[in-house]
Amino acid sequence: MKPAPFEYHAPNTIEEVLDLKYQHGDEAKFLAGGQSLVPAMNFRIVQPSVLIDLNRVDELSFIKEEKNVIRVGSMARERHLEFNDSIKKHTPLLHEAVPFIAHPQIRNRGTIGGSIVNADPAAELPVLMLALSARLKAKNKSGERWLDAKDFFAGMFTTALTPDEVLVEIELPFAEKNTGWSFMEVAPRSGDYAMMGVATLVTLDNNKKCKQVKLVYLNAGDGPVEAIEAEKLLEGNIVNDELINSAASHASEKEITPFGNIHASVDFQRHLANSLTKQTLKQALQRAEETLV
Amino acid sequence: MTQKISVTLTVNGTEYKKEVESRMLLSDFLRHELGLTGTHVGCEHGVCGACTILFDGESARSCLTFAVQADGHEITTVEGLAKNKDNLHPLQQSFWEAHGLQCGYCTPGILMSMIPFLKQNPNPTEDEIRHALSGNLCRCTGYQHIVDAVKLASEKMKVSK
Ligand SMILES: Cc1cc2nc3c(=O)[nH]c(=O)nc-3n(C[C@H](O)[C@H](O)[C@H](O)COP(=O)(O)OP(=O)(O)OC[C@H]3O[C@@H](n4cnc5c(N)ncnc54)[C@H](O)[C@@H]3O)c2cc1C
Ligand code: FES
Ligand code: FES
Repeated sequence: MKPAPFEYHAPNTIEEVLDLKYQHGDEAKFLAGGQSLVPAMNFRIVQPSVLIDLNRVDELSFIKEEKNVIRVGSMARERHLEFNDSIKKHTPLLHEAVPFIAHPQIRNRGTIGGSIVNADPAAELPVLMLALSARLKAKNKSGERWLDAKDFFAGMFTTALTPDEVLVEIELPFAEKNTGWSFMEVAPRSGDYAMMGVATLVTLDNNKKCKQVKLVYLNAGDGPVEAIEAEKLLEGNIVNDELINSAASHASEKEITPFGNIHASVDFQRHLANSLTKQTLKQALQRAEETLV
Repeated sequence: MTQKISVTLTVNGTEYKKEVESRMLLSDFLRHELGLTGTHVGCEHGVCGACTILFDGESARSCLTFAVQADGHEITTVEGLAKNKDNLHPLQQSFWEAHGLQCGYCTPGILMSMIPFLKQNPNPTEDEIRHALSGNLCRCTGYQHIVDAVKLASEKMKVSK
């Protein structure tokens, strides 16, 4: 099918973007990479009467390293995250996970901001934002505000942004000292949305005790799901296989709430979560230990 | 409400200026406005890969881009690969020699995905080739001969350098 007619605007500055949004209100939608919005328009699932194309707003497509954080403009392409040296060095979890998003042809256009605002529970980037404790900057005509990733995702395809706000920037803190990482997922075919996936971080203290753990799951509820209780089971302890097994059981049985789909039943999703939790914890732990010597 | 917008873009090295409706997909623009029907359309939601083109040198789905967004940009389609039918691009020649196609519906999209892939990975392993092909669906070949063709192309392109 073909999209319904719409009025098209291609502003060059954030200022113009906000003016246009103010002027057109709820009628207007932002167009980022178009890799989720355009399929939905082609099928007339959505029919915005105005599109504000963000692709010519150069000031939104940066990736820059500062003292303790990496700043990423919302229009940075997924493909650019994949090959960025600062991201590889300081947020290796993100570097490891981005190639799992769709195919290169999609990542060449798809943006970090588009994926985050789309808030698909099966998407990788929302999960990564939560795991990495990212902060997100939103702007509207009257000002700007910062939101923590944990307050940003508000349910299935829903965020805390108000309709007049545009996401402009993502702040990624550097990985803490002695942190190991691991991202794994299982998809029917490489590039497909995964049936289950988990982003895992383990930070050790000098005595090999677990200082902090992050376990965040995709396709495990109505947004990215953090297994906070399972994390607590590990924190403060020297982690062994027994603890890993109980954290994996707790997370996969008690904390995630997958819905099942045509590719995987709920039971199978829980089974995958259990197995992926163990595997990622072991890999993250090993990587953290390597930083201690 | 049919707003017409003027676009100027370069396709296969030739500059075109046209007035288009904002909702016209780049895939339809290439096929219907420019008559470049080598770019195929299958699913129109980004999954099949038949419509893959190069947007400023990078592979992209032309069904997920509006023609107006290509204003000022450079597009390459499958028609841009060979000078004429006696001088095929080594990638095309390899598909011919290794039987990398049957009906040919998927072929233009596969070629336009493999051009940047081979540029970035001049010595791909079979695994890497299969992974790179995962964004393009073929309903005929069973993929084996496509994999062979890409492998052959990587060898030919090394020699021709
Ligand atoms: C075949 C295929 C496979 C895919 N597989 C995966 C996958 O495995 N994993 C995955 O995570 N994704 C996948 N995707 C989706 C892809 O990653 C998208 O690029 C991404 O979800 C949306 O990003 P976009 O830049 O294309 O946003 P768009 O589609 O342009 O926009 C998405 C939504 O966000 C809004 N929006 C965009 N930017 C902003 C902003 N700065 N401020 C406010 N609102 C904004 C838009 O109005 C729209 O509602 C796939 C897509 C396709 C076509
Ligand atoms: S027609 Fe564009 S991907 Fe199928
Ligand atoms: S050759 Fe027929 S679809 Fe690939």
